[in-house]
Amino acid sequence: MATAEKGVVLLDAWVSPFGQRCRIALAEKAVEYEYSEQNLADKSPLLLKVNPIHKKIPVLIHDGKPVCESLIIVQYIDEVWTKNPLLPSDPYERAKARFWADFVDKKVYECGTKLWKLKGEAQQEAKKEMIEILKLLEGELGDKKYFGGEIFGFVDVALVPFTAWFYAYETCANFSVEAECPKLVAWSKGCMERESVAKSLHDPHKVYEFVCFLKKKFGME
Amino acid sequence: MLTSKATSDPRLPSNIFLHSNFRENTERMAGDLELKLLGSWASPFAMRARIALNLKGVGYELLKEVSGTKSELLLKSNPVYKKIPVLIHHGKPICESMIIVQYIDEVWAAAGPSILPSDPYERAIARFWIVYIDDKWFPSSLRTLRGLNEEAKAEAEEQLANALPLLEDAFPKCSKGKDFFGGETIGYLDIALGCYLGWIKAIEKMTGIKALDEAKTPTLVGWAERFCSGDAVKEVMPEADELIEFTKLIQAIMNAAPGRQNMHVSKNDR
Repeated sequence: MATAEKGVVLLDAWVSPFGQRCRIALAEKAVEYEYSEQNLADKSPLLLKVNPIHKKIPVLIHDGKPVCESLIIVQYIDEVWTKNPLLPSDPYERAKARFWADFVDKKVYECGTKLWKLKGEAQQEAKKEMIEILKLLEGELGDKKYFGGEIFGFVDVALVPFTAWFYAYETCANFSVEAECPKLVAWSKGCMERESVAKSLHDPHKVYEFVCFLKKKFGME
Repeated sequence: MLTSKATSDPRLPSNIFLHSNFRENTERMAGDLELKLLGSWASPFAMRARIALNLKGVGYELLKEVSGTKSELLLKSNPVYKKIPVLIHHGKPICESMIIVQYIDEVWAAAGPSILPSDPYERAIARFWIVYIDDKWFPSSLRTLRGLNEEAKAEAEEQLANALPLLEDAFPKCSKGKDFFGGETIGYLDIALGCYLGWIKAIEKMTGIKALDEAKTPTLVGWAERFCSGDAVKEVMPEADELIEFTKLIQAIMNAAPGRQNMHVSKNDR
């Protein structure tokens, strides 16, 4: 497949919450694109060519030009396809949205990984940390329908894919997100009513199966 | 070279960090702009915000955070990370250096040349390199300073050896033949990378590692000279020798008081 072709291609992997951010953004903007499932255990020449530095998905290829890093891709999508903006128009609100999306990026995935990789005391520490992270996010959400207010926005896109991982986190580390952060769970259910989200996210039990597979693979059973 | 107005009272080491050698003419009263920046002279991240404000010709009040302590205002304005820089505009805080720079670019869009590229693809490329620089590069440079042992030196040398040729290669594509990554004027990626130049020179002097090498990355050497001599930059870029003294002081304090865990060489906000 030549990369100089016109059109939009997304190099991705089914379970990736980072890839899902891009799928959701593209769906929100009603952009037609080709989804290309990548085998990360045996990386394709195309992937190595378009993301030589990190060799990771997702990569968005637009008219042959690659864009890497999920939040950078989401911003690019928002700036090119300007219908239904994901970022508000006020500069201060935009700065806040960028801050919280960046917070999700810095904290959620890494802490989540610790929840299923670690055991004992270390896992308990990670659980405390995750609950703190989720409470901070819930505080920022407040009583709003979305992080973006009435509009499903940048922070919502950044965070919602991880909600499919809540069941896996809860089961591995023995806690309940709903008990700790009921508003956040209510928000995630509201997001699932959007077609873009419902079609992009996987069943939490499937995600948990995948985590169990990873645990076996890394000898953590 | 350091002519600090060091305190006459050795029991107050924190005064040393407010030394007067640092050019202070950026500290202007904000007037009715109500614009304050919580920062410190040594922080490359605070420098990013200051360069952006200088590019737009915007006055602000610099509130200096003293290394090793966190003011009430800082804790209140950035409760999540408790780190500088924080821009406070009409009482509202903005955190994270590159988010601050973009905010400045958007609010004062008419006041000076655009800091971010206008083309979405060019913006994506600039953002990509900024994430790369902040994630991969600076943390390892800091380790060199903290460690100052052979292993840390070797690791930092490797990181720099990998990172800089990539940026050297990216420069012509971004600059399109002009002086800066951003084109004719200092832009988003210039600010993100250039803020480290004082520390790079300090690390070179302290470790003997040649980071910016005329032989290996001549384009970047030329760019660095142009960047550092820019009006918006030269008054806020610390001298390498000042940073070396600063590092030694921090090391001395850390060695003398091993229980003080909250000392940082510089506030890393990514």
